[in-house]
Parts: sequence; structure tokens; C-alpha cells
Amino acid sequence: MKTLALLVVVITGAMLIYAGQDLPPFGDPNTDMYQHRMTQYFIENSKTESGVPNIVTALLANYRGYDTLGETTVIFTAGMAVMLLLRRRER
Amino acid sequence: MSRIQESVIIRTVVRIMVPFIELFALYVIMHGAGGPGGGFQGGVIFGAAIILYAMIYGIAEGKQKMSDALDRILASTGLTIYAGTGLLCLFFGGMFLQYGAVPLIPNDPATVSKYLIDLVEIGIGTTVAAIMISLFFDVSPPESEEGELPEELPDHEGVDG
Amino acid sequence: MTGIVDIVYAEYNYWIYVTLMMIGFYAMIAKKNLIKKIIGANIFQTAIFLFYISLADITGGTAPILVGGHGGEHVEHAADVIYTNPVPHVLILTAIVVSVSTTAVALALIIRIYNEYGSLDEDVILAARKSLQPEFSEYARQKDVAEVNHQ
Repeated sequence: MKTLALLVVVITGAMLIYAGQDLPPFGDPNTDMYQHRMTQYFIENSKTESGVPNIVTALLANYRGYDTLGETTVIFTAGMAVMLLLRRRER
Repeated sequence: MSRIQESVIIRTVVRIMVPFIELFALYVIMHGAGGPGGGFQGGVIFGAAIILYAMIYGIAEGKQKMSDALDRILASTGLTIYAGTGLLCLFFGGMFLQYGAVPLIPNDPATVSKYLIDLVEIGIGTTVAAIMISLFFDVSPPESEEGELPEELPDHEGVDG
Repeated sequence: MTGIVDIVYAEYNYWIYVTLMMIGFYAMIAKKNLIKKIIGANIFQTAIFLFYISLADITGGTAPILVGGHGGEHVEHAADVIYTNPVPHVLILTAIVVSVSTTAVALALIIRIYNEYGSLDEDVILAARKSLQPEFSEYARQKDVAEVNHQ
């Protein structure tokens, strides 16, 4: 069982490293991801559109507001689930 | 009561530190718009302050500071603040969570959205803090009358992978 | 050989991420203890967080908070400052919260399992379930057949 697990892990790791040869070098600014116009748009316009200097907060609360609402719902639901599973009955 | 909970130094330091940790949590929540921080991080720090207090002074005393009912109310309130902000934008003719539509300050949607982002962060922080505290109280062992740990804990033998 | 060294050095964040991820993956599939499985899942998730955050990094870049954005200070032109990529940061902030939620629910389930069966070992739990209801667990029966064949 353990040798099988080790085999699976090693094969998966080798495949990931093989696939990772296409990734850009660490810290390279000339990547598609950084030069993409969406990233540049957020960096240039988030202050004028959202009024907050922290770009991460502007993205989180303004552009991705739906997602953050869902995220808050996720953590609320997790808390309620733990409450249902573990809370002893109050008599 | 364990030896750590009896220590005078730890009890005094915790009593002094808890208000400052809570203040720092509020700073992190409110500073989320302008610097590192935000509702999630500040909420976790606020929850950690209450959890620290409950760890040292006992679960029962911790529940006196933050009861289960208050916990549940706060968790729901935070989510309501967030969703209510979105509905407020709907009410003033914008889209859901389109902060600039609220005519708080005329002709300045960026500033309005800055204030409403702060409001949303407060909502997130409230929910996260309340849920963190309730998670801690839920997994803590059942307390006896004096709020101490029960004498007989179940044995944890024979568990290894 | 210098070519290989250069490749490893240029993408060392990726090698660290793969190593960490495989440690977590091994713990998830090889360990019998449920708590250790959860620890493995957390290491796995942390490796992915690290990978995304390292992809966002730009050499010489500062945190994605606008310089002089608070008013009053001298506001430099946006093009003069290099910011790291803010988009992966936001994605990972979401992922961290989901990770915390799933871990909390998993640990609560494990507490209930421990109260019910008195053990955290996967084999003990499956054996107890099988003895309670013989045809309850399809997986346990198949596992039993496989063990008999193995012997």
C-alpha cells in the first residue's frame, strides 16, 4: 500500500515538473499574465473607480463583490455546520 | 485547571493584552481599504483575542464574555450587513453591489464606494470573528460546573497511521 | 549540467511547490489516521497558495497598494512604480477562506467519528462499520475480498 502510494506520488510529481518547464521564470515581469490588459487595467484604474488605494481590496470588495459575498456565506455555513455537528443539546 | 491557567504571569499578561489585540483587530479591519489588512484578517485576529481569553480563563468565563446567542446574532449580522449593502445599491437604481450608485456624496462615486467598501469589510469582519469564536467553543471539551476540564478525558491510545 | 542547474534555479519556486504538494498528497493517500489525512490536505492546499503567490511576484515590484494613494503625499505617476500582480492575491484570499472552512467541517466530522467508534484509524472504523452492518459498506467488503485473495 505504501509503495503504491509512493509510486503514485513520484509519478505525479514528475509529471508536474515536466509540465512546469513551460512556466515563466520566477519574478519575470514580461509574462502574459502580468502584461495582460486585465491586470494592467486593475492596476491603473482601481483607484479612480473604487476610491481605495489597496488594489487587492478594490478587487476583493468591488470587482469580485459577488465572490466575496459567497465566500462570507461559505464561512458562515461552515460555522453553522460545525455547530449542528458538535453542539450538545441545551435542555 | 492546568498549570498554565494558574500562572499569575500568564493571567495578568492576557488580561492586559486582550484589549490591545482587539483594538489591533479593529485597526486591521478598518485599514483594509488603505493598506495591508481587511475583513477576513481582522476578524480572525479579533476571534483570536477572545479565544486566548477563553483558553486561559476557562471556557465558562469566555462564554460569559461572548455567549452563544450573541455569537449567532453577530455571525448573521455581518452577513446581513454585506448583503444589505448590495441591496442598498439596488434600491438606488444601481446593480447589486454597484457601490457608486448610492447618492451619499453627489457626483463622487469613488468616495462613496470607498465608504461602502469599509462597511462591507466591517460586515465580513463581524461574521468571521463570530464564526471563529463559535468554532473554538464547539470543539472545546464539555465543561463541568466550575468551568474546568472534566477529570476523565477519553484515552487517546492506539491511534497511529 | 549548467543548463539543468539554470532551469532549476530559474523556477525554484515551482520545484518547492511540487515537493510540498507531493508531501501533502502522500499523507492524504498513504496515512491511515484521519487527522494526518487532514494535515496532508492542508499541506497540499498551502503548496497551491505558495505557487500562486510566487507566480504573482515581480522582481523589484512592491505590494499592490498604490504609492501615495492616501492623499496628501506626493503621488507618483503610476507607471513609475512596479506593482506585483494583484489578481492571484485575491484568488488566494478566497482559497484560504475556503480552506479554513473545509478544515473546520472535516475536523468536526472527525470528532463525531471518534465519539462514535473510539478510534481515528481508517481500518478500525471500516471494520467496526462492517461488523455493525455486514452489507453496509461496499468498499469494506471489496477490501476484505482483496485481502483474502492476497493471502
